[in-house]
Amino acid sequence: MQIKGVRLPGMSSLLLWGLLWEIVGRTGFSFFVPPLSEVVKTLFEIIGTTAFQKALYETAYAFCSGVFFAIVIGIPTGIMMGKNRLIDELLLPWVNIFLSAPLTALVPVLMVLFGFGMKSIIITTTLFAIWIIILNARVGVMQINRSLVEMATSFGASPWAAFTKVYFWAALPEILGGVRIGIIRAVKGVIIGQLLISLVGFGALFELYSNNFLMKHFWAVLVVLFALAFSISEFLAYLERRVSYYAAKR
Amino acid sequence: MNNRSLVLKLLSAVIVFGAWEIAGRIPVSYAFPTFIESMKALYTMVVDGSLFQAYAETLKPLIIGVLISAVLGIIIGLWIGLSEWFDWLFSPIFIVMQAAPLAALIPLLVMIYGIGLTSKVFVVCIMAMPVIVLNTSSAVRNTPSSFIEMGTSFLANRWEVLFKIIIPAASPVIFSGLRLGVSAGFIGAILSELKITPTGVGDIITYSRSIADYASMYAAIFSIIVLAVVFLNLLEMLERVLFEGNVRGYASD
Amino acid sequence: MLQTNALAEDTVLTQTDNAVSVSGVSKNYGEVEALKNLTLDFPRGQLTSLLGPSGCGKTTLLKIIAGLLEPTEGKILVNGSPVTGPGEDRAFVFQDFALLPWASVIRNVAFGLELRGVAKSEREDIANKYIKEVGLEGFEKSFPHELSGGMRQRVGLARALSVDADVLLMDEPFSAVDEQTRRKFQEDLLALVANENKTFIFVTHSIEEAVYVSDQIAILLPRPSRVADIIRPTGLREKDVASIRRDSEYLDIVDEIWASLKSYVE
Repeated sequence: MQIKGVRLPGMSSLLLWGLLWEIVGRTGFSFFVPPLSEVVKTLFEIIGTTAFQKALYETAYAFCSGVFFAIVIGIPTGIMMGKNRLIDELLLPWVNIFLSAPLTALVPVLMVLFGFGMKSIIITTTLFAIWIIILNARVGVMQINRSLVEMATSFGASPWAAFTKVYFWAALPEILGGVRIGIIRAVKGVIIGQLLISLVGFGALFELYSNNFLMKHFWAVLVVLFALAFSISEFLAYLERRVSYYAAKR
Repeated sequence: MNNRSLVLKLLSAVIVFGAWEIAGRIPVSYAFPTFIESMKALYTMVVDGSLFQAYAETLKPLIIGVLISAVLGIIIGLWIGLSEWFDWLFSPIFIVMQAAPLAALIPLLVMIYGIGLTSKVFVVCIMAMPVIVLNTSSAVRNTPSSFIEMGTSFLANRWEVLFKIIIPAASPVIFSGLRLGVSAGFIGAILSELKITPTGVGDIITYSRSIADYASMYAAIFSIIVLAVVFLNLLEMLERVLFEGNVRGYASD
Repeated sequence: MLQTNALAEDTVLTQTDNAVSVSGVSKNYGEVEALKNLTLDFPRGQLTSLLGPSGCGKTTLLKIIAGLLEPTEGKILVNGSPVTGPGEDRAFVFQDFALLPWASVIRNVAFGLELRGVAKSEREDIANKYIKEVGLEGFEKSFPHELSGGMRQRVGLARALSVDADVLLMDEPFSAVDEQTRRKFQEDLLALVANENKTFIFVTHSIEEAVYVSDQIAILLPRPSRVADIIRPTGLREKDVASIRRDSEYLDIVDEIWASLKSYVE
């Protein structure tokens, strides 16, 4: 978007929307929409409270553990599927099913099996993230340029060297792409998990604020959450662009 | 060739369901029924019709929400794709929505709209709409420029370029956006039944958990996952049939 | 329709034998000068090639003539009237074919007529005639992805022919097809120039192709873009298409052009 030859930065319209929010809030249009400035003020108030920090810590812990398991299990599984046809044919239908299945429905099962706590939330997060990571790692390995593989073999690379020096790197752009989408899904997964098991993290906080109709507090937490999620996804997109240069040249 | 893949699919299903059966017989947990018990419970629910009643309830917000998201989402997406100004104004909102855990809005929606159908439709909409909008707008923006030049050089006016070139060229990506939107809508519909008020399938899940009838609970979850996966796969097949020539043959010769 | 045609021919006879004339055309993209003060005439009924290294602005010039781009300065006359945008008197053949993948061959060929509001049965009759002429009979119901690259460009050519424009603008039309197909195309193009009373403007980066098919070759050089030379092969048109490539005039012109372009190749 350009105005009089000056290029407006991509997300700058959010400022305009923030302004609109402020105005709507000030007119007292709705009890549920307090002005943005008040929300921000509340944000600084609650950011120091132990309740908030505990929620943030618990969420971060569940999120990081969930993503960790998704990556550590997902990438090797995907690479194995890409290299071995039998494993691929046995696992692929399930990966595809869980990729499109509404995983929310599985949360009650996790709750009865693993309790109403952290463990269930971590597993929910992993379940949201892992399938796309597997699928992308598989695609990455499968579409490695044949001449790269032949080059490695013709120079006498051992299977292990071929794997660490060629396969992994050649598939890296796809793997990272999968990790990026997986992490964005994990953000959604960790919040859905906490909402349904509303004893932990932000789930508990939301319950507290909404039961007491603390609108400013509620919005403040939402703003933090959305800003964090957006930053994570933009940061990952940035990382992905950094490696995409050699993906383009294949 | 085809035989092998079918056999392997069956084998893989037998392995997984077999593992479920064995794990249920050990049992690994008091709350882990066997596969056969769960399927029996499913059969009972199908026979006494309670499953169909539940789905009538569950699918209502899903269908309404997806329809609203599809109509609004495609219109907004087209507009964003065509107008630079609209793009600047609205894209950021949908980009943030796409990245953000919108489920967190549910308690707010419940406060504003109560626990009825409206809230549930809203949940489906906020889940389904961003991907529809973003797919549509990027599809419009990525219309090959030579198509538009071709239209212009053969004297198409703006509306002809839109309806005869841009929209048909964008329709495969728009359609896959709709499919992803339906997929997200399923998540929203179930989430709202589990979180807002237990109705439909969410009710079966919640109720059978509360009376420790785990077989019925697993059966209900199994059925909703099967339904979603089958439906989405049908959409994907339809997509392949509809846009056969559109995707193939243009990347390179 | 008939009346305007008669009128057009009238003015043509009295005015000029140039179907297209470009005078003083410049095109800037911000700071970058894509074309600078370019003047060039395109004689009626002949094929003129725009030849030059990449970045010399030949496609830009073609798109300006087509009315797809606006020149920063200068003007273009087609049949004596200035160009303000795309018009019925010109038809474009695209480098990447620009076929609609969701439309059958016949709809693609008739698409230009469809946009002009010609009734369906009439435009399909016309399209069928040109499909036959480019040698695609039997493929009317096929879709672009079912055709080879060469056949796709025949569809693009038939589409341009079917709107019966005076001037055919061809943007490296054969660069995306394989060498054998390209040779066949070049021969067919010569026949087309001889039989259809149309003016062809042909962008290419192949010296051999330009010399083989052209009545007039405009050599464009970059930085700043300009017409460096105009070459008119005189004796080639009377020759049999099969022997042109062995003709000494052909070989001399190819060598001469290569000598003048060599220093611009990185």
